[in-house]
Amino acid sequence: MTNLSRRGVLGLAGLAGLAVLSACSSSDPLATPSASTATSAAMTGATLVVGSQQYYSNEIIAELYAQVLEKAGFTVKRQYQIGQREVYLPELESGKVDVMPEYSGNLLQFYDKKTTAKDPAAIQTALGEKLPSGLRVLTAAAATDQDSYNVTKAFAEEHSLTSLEDLVKLSGKLKVAANSEFATRPYGPLGLKSVYGVDVESVPVEDSGGPLTVKALKDGTVQLADIYTADPAITKEGFVTLADPKNLILPQNVTPLVSAKVDATAAAAIEKVNAQLSMADLLSLNAKSVEQAAKSADVAREWLQMKNLL
Amino acid sequence: MNYFADALAWIVDPAHLHGSNGILARSAEHLWYTLLAVALACLVAIPAGWYVGHTGRGRGFAVGLSGAVRAVPTLGLITLFGILLGIGLTGPMLAFVVLAIPSILAGAYAGVEAIDPAVLDAARASGMTEWQVLRQVEIPLGLPLTVAGVRSAALQVVATATLAAYVGAGGLGRYLFLGLKTQDYAQMLAGSLLVVALALISEAVFSTVQRFTTPAGLRTL
Amino acid sequence: MRWVVDNVDVLASRTFAHLAIALPAIALSVLLAVPLGWLAERFRWLRSPLLTGSGLLYAIPSLPLFVVLPLVIGTGVRDPLNIVIALTLYGLALMVPSVADALRTLDSRVLDSANALGYGPVRRFFTVDLPLAGPTLLAGVRVVSVSTISLVTVGAVLGVPSLGLLFTDGFQRGIIAEVVAGIVLTVLLALLLDRLLVLVGRVVLPWTHQPSRPAGAAA
Repeated sequence: MTNLSRRGVLGLAGLAGLAVLSACSSSDPLATPSASTATSAAMTGATLVVGSQQYYSNEIIAELYAQVLEKAGFTVKRQYQIGQREVYLPELESGKVDVMPEYSGNLLQFYDKKTTAKDPAAIQTALGEKLPSGLRVLTAAAATDQDSYNVTKAFAEEHSLTSLEDLVKLSGKLKVAANSEFATRPYGPLGLKSVYGVDVESVPVEDSGGPLTVKALKDGTVQLADIYTADPAITKEGFVTLADPKNLILPQNVTPLVSAKVDATAAAAIEKVNAQLSMADLLSLNAKSVEQAAKSADVAREWLQMKNLL
Repeated sequence: MNYFADALAWIVDPAHLHGSNGILARSAEHLWYTLLAVALACLVAIPAGWYVGHTGRGRGFAVGLSGAVRAVPTLGLITLFGILLGIGLTGPMLAFVVLAIPSILAGAYAGVEAIDPAVLDAARASGMTEWQVLRQVEIPLGLPLTVAGVRSAALQVVATATLAAYVGAGGLGRYLFLGLKTQDYAQMLAGSLLVVALALISEAVFSTVQRFTTPAGLRTL
Repeated sequence: MRWVVDNVDVLASRTFAHLAIALPAIALSVLLAVPLGWLAERFRWLRSPLLTGSGLLYAIPSLPLFVVLPLVIGTGVRDPLNIVIALTLYGLALMVPSVADALRTLDSRVLDSANALGYGPVRRFFTVDLPLAGPTLLAGVRVVSVSTISLVTVGAVLGVPSLGLLFTDGFQRGIIAEVVAGIVLTVLLALLLDRLLVLVGRVVLPWTHQPSRPAGAAA
C-alpha cells in the first residue's frame, strides 16, 4: 500500500465513491455497505468479484463470503447465477471473477478426469497440484453438498435397502432422476455399473435435484433420485440416502476457489466462515431459502450474525 | 466450421442411430410431441377462429389474447407446469399447445374474415342458412389461411419442443441439454441440425397441403 | 405474493437486464431489416436466398443458437452480446420478409409520380417509399418486439441475467410465485412495449389515423 501513487489513491477514492453510489442506487438496502466500510475499502483499495453457480445454495455461500469480505473492508461486486463450471472457470482464470464457492471433488474432476483421490484430504492436496496457475483453493468447510442416490422410505423398507450395494438384489432396470449431465459423470450409471454392478437408466430433469426430481421420486415415476446432500428435501420427505461404501461419489466439501487478487486478509475472512460451516448449518441455510423463500442476502446475514462473524 | 463437421459426423455415426436414446427414437418422439401439440391446439383454436371470423364477435378479444399469449415465455410455462404436474409430457405438452394456439387462431379467423363480403351476400341471397354459409363458403375459402396458421404453429412447436427435455420428457432436446451440460458441442449441434431438418420437412409438407387447399371446396383437414 | 413484495428489487434488476438485451436486439433487427428487405425487393436474384434463409433461421431452436454463436464469433458464453446477436437474427427472420412485402405492395402510381417530380432514388426511398410502407413495417416491428421479449428468457438457462432467471431459480427452489412473477412480468413488458410502438406509430405515421392528410406530410 505504501507505493501507491497520488493518482492511484485518487482513482481508488473515485472507485470507492462510485461503489457507494452504485450501492445506494441498488434497491437492496441490505446489501448496502455502511459509509465506514466504504472508507476502509478505499484504504485497502481492493475490489473483489464474488461469483456463484446457477444454484441457490451456492449463491447463499457466495453471499456469506461477500458479506464478510465487505466487513473486512473490501468492495465486493456480486456476479451470481453464472451457469456451469465450463462457463465460470474460464472467467476465474482470466481474472473476471475472484471468489467462487466450489465443491472439492467435482472441481478436482474438472481439472483431472482420472483422479484417484477419494478422501477430502487427498482431494485438497490434489487440487493444490492440478489447479491452473493463478488460482488456489482455501481451506474447505466441513459442510458437503454432493450427489447422492436416494429412495423413498417405503421403497427402502420394502426391499431393505440401506446402501448402493443392496440395489443388486432388485431385478429390472431402475430409473434415476437426475440432471442430464449425470448420464456421463463417473458417479452416474456407468460408475454404478462398474463399482456396484447395478444397472440404472438416467431420466434427465434439469432442476438439480429440485422439486421436480423430488416429486418424480415421490410419485414413483423413478425409483432413485440424485439429490444433493445439502438439499433440505431429503429429511423433509423422509428419503433414505443410500450409503456409498466403495466411494463411488467423491466428497464435495464446500471449498472457496480464489484468484491471486484475494490477499491474506480476504482469505482469512473467508476461511473464518468455512471454519463454522457445518453440514447442519448448510442444510438450515438451504431450508430457509427453499421453505421460507428467503433471499440469499438475508439468509446469509442472519447466519453470520448468529455466528458473530458480522 | 469445424463444429459443423463434428456434428455431421455425430449424426451419421451408426452408434447414435438406434436404441432408446438413438436418433430414430428421439426424432420420432419430437415429431409426436409436435403433432400432438398442434392437433390439440387446432381442436381449440380452429373452431374458435371460425366463430370469431363468422360472427365478428370477440374479435378484439381474440386479437388481444393472441398477442398476450405470444408474449408468454414457453420456458416459464414449462417450469410452472413442471412444478405443478411433475415430470413427463403433460406439463410441456400444455405449454406447447398454448404456444401453438395464437398462430392457428389468427389464421382461422383471418381466413374467414378476408372473404369478399359480396360472396357472402350472394351465398345468403341464394338461401343458405348461416350454418351452410360457414360450412360451404367461409371454411373452404378460408382454408388456405387457416393452413398457413397451422404451418407457422408447427414450425414454432418443432423448434420449441426441445424444451420438453428440461423437465424430463424426451425428444431431440435431450441432445441439446446433455451436450450443453457436458460441453459436448458436437452432440448439441447435431441435435439442433436434426431439429432444423424436422422443421424443413414440416415446411415442405405444409406447403404441399397449402397448394392442395387453395382451390375452393377442397377439404383436406 | 409475499415473495413478490419481498423481492421487488430482484424483479426490478431482472427486468432492467431483460430490457438491456431485448431493446438493442429489436432496434438492430429493424435497422438491418430495412436495407436487407430493400435488397430482396430490388434484386430478384437475392430475393429467394434472403427470404428462404430468414425462414430457415427461425426454425433454429434458440437454446443451441445461444450456445453455438459464441463459438462461431468468439465471445464468452455468458456475454449478453451473444444473446443480442442471436435475437437480432431471429428478429431479421421475421422482419426481412415483412419489409420486402411492404415495399413490393406500394402503389406504383405514387412512385411514378415521385419519379416524375424529379425525386432521386435515395430521396424517394426515404421520403416516399419508406413512409408509405410504414404501417406494414410497424406491424412487423410489433411482432418482432413481442417475440424478442419472450425469447430473451431462454438465455437464463446459460446464466445470462434476464427475467428468465426467475424461472431457473424458482424451478430449483420450488417457488411458484417466482416463476409466475417471471411469466407475468415478461408478458407485461411485451404488452407495454407494444403499446409504446403503437403510440410511436401514431406520432411518426400520423396519416394512418387522419386519412384526410396527404401522405407526404410526414416527410
